[in-house]
Amino acid sequence: MTSREKFVAYFTIVSKEFLRFVRIWPQTILPPAITTGLYIIIFGGLIGPRIGEMEGYSYMDFIIPGLIMMTIITNAYANVVSSFYLAKFSHSIEEMLVSPLPNYIILLGYVSGGVARGLMVGSIVLLVSALFSELHVHSIAVAIGITVLTAVLFALAGLINAVFANSFDDISIIPTFVLTPLTYLGGIFYSISMLPEFWQGVSKLNPVLYMINAFRYAMLGVSDIPLQVSFAIIAGFIVVLFAVALWLLNNGKGIRA
Amino acid sequence: MALALQISQLCKTYRGGFEALKGIDLDVHEGDFFALLGPNGAGKSTTIGIMTSLVKKTSGTVKIFGYDIDRDPSRAKQQIGLVPQEFNFNQFEPVEEILLNQAGYYGIGRKAAKSTVEYFLRKLGLWDKRRNEARSLSGGMKRRLMIARAMVHEPRMLILDEPTAGVDIEVRRSMWDFMQEINANGTTIILTTHYLEEAENLCRNIAIIDHGKIIENTSMKTLLSQLDREVFILDLRKPIQSPPHIEGMGVVMRDHHTLEITVSREASLNEVFRRLDQEGIEVSSLRNKHNRLEELFLDLVGEGAAA
Repeated sequence: MTSREKFVAYFTIVSKEFLRFVRIWPQTILPPAITTGLYIIIFGGLIGPRIGEMEGYSYMDFIIPGLIMMTIITNAYANVVSSFYLAKFSHSIEEMLVSPLPNYIILLGYVSGGVARGLMVGSIVLLVSALFSELHVHSIAVAIGITVLTAVLFALAGLINAVFANSFDDISIIPTFVLTPLTYLGGIFYSISMLPEFWQGVSKLNPVLYMINAFRYAMLGVSDIPLQVSFAIIAGFIVVLFAVALWLLNNGKGIRA
Repeated sequence: MALALQISQLCKTYRGGFEALKGIDLDVHEGDFFALLGPNGAGKSTTIGIMTSLVKKTSGTVKIFGYDIDRDPSRAKQQIGLVPQEFNFNQFEPVEEILLNQAGYYGIGRKAAKSTVEYFLRKLGLWDKRRNEARSLSGGMKRRLMIARAMVHEPRMLILDEPTAGVDIEVRRSMWDFMQEINANGTTIILTTHYLEEAENLCRNIAIIDHGKIIENTSMKTLLSQLDREVFILDLRKPIQSPPHIEGMGVVMRDHHTLEITVSREASLNEVFRRLDQEGIEVSSLRNKHNRLEELFLDLVGEGAAA
């Protein structure tokens, strides 16, 4: 395939993925907006004033970056894991496998679809947040960089999950038992400086902490973690997960007999 | 004529130890209409799976129009259009989108693909359904959708894995016409089917695979010339009480109105009718018990096998 043909193929997968999640917006776009709106009202609006300031900001302002990042993480992951698994389950993945598409284009196409959904839903949550709080932007470049990289990382993780999944249960186990605890314990609702030293150390093993803190820095200019460390860790994870995902596709794990 | 398909010493052993292919060799010439037949589990779908990269081979080589599937997979895949046995499209996508996306996977942009997509949708009677979700189509339409999808990048070789399974005779005949037309236009066709009449009518060359080995690979004409007997069913105008004796032929009375007669290749049907006439037996109609290819197929792979 020529470079132009590869681009057409890549664009086909991305637009197919985009249309898929837009077509089913009551399942993909609306629920996160409602859930996050409720978080903001309950934790930010009702409980927040009783908690007082955190890191020099109101509790509402403090939790908004984490809530946006949580939305990006779960949606980027959910889009790829469900779409790729369904393609496997219905065998429609064979449409791509019999074509001359290189595996890295398939991988990039699905990951881009996940990133698109993560960022779209994240943007909607950002707009919902603006209804309840004054939005701060400390660094737009860091905000864009960290959200895109985080979405890429979790889209890759979603694809790896889908490759190994043999049933619909298998695509909900990781989000429920790994992703949700990591996200909630990643400092959405609190600063890790509030924790005892031992638990601060444990928290630093959680990769989500670095993403939430980096995004909080982008919005508020405060973070528990140095920005460079956050970017380095996220980039490291992306490189490893990309290599693993590509290796799995090249070996036909779960998709070729 | 150039070779469209060259398979050499192809082996496949699945995890668990099942040996699906035991070193098959197979050549198909460009422009051929080729039947790949065999009982269930013989290795037909595995062979097709390896050619289209859906199945990983254990050893051996496969070349599509000279392109090795290991060394030049992209070019090899470009030459093939696959119509698989099972429906393998997203049932929730509109018909036209499925075709446009498939063209996209081959690097053909939507604008460029539009006219080809329209041509094949019209040709296969799906144009009016182009905006419908695939799940709303009938079984026959879904089969035709898969044929249209396989043709959008205008492959040089079309592989049809039981394309007419479960479709009514009218649709089946229209699909036959379509296959013959694209074959006449130069597309090499490899067909597997349960309907041996279909293979006999359409294909010029044939390979029969059984237990992972090619047991016959010749032209349809040569194969059919090996048929040393045919079994005919005769419907009688008046009931009879016992079957007549005809020298050198097996005659079985199925019921008082039906005879089954096995006629050897050397014998003449005139002799059958002369003897029946002598016995005062009047025949109202005559048909083959099996079609000719079916007779041979059952001889080659055993009575218990189904194509």
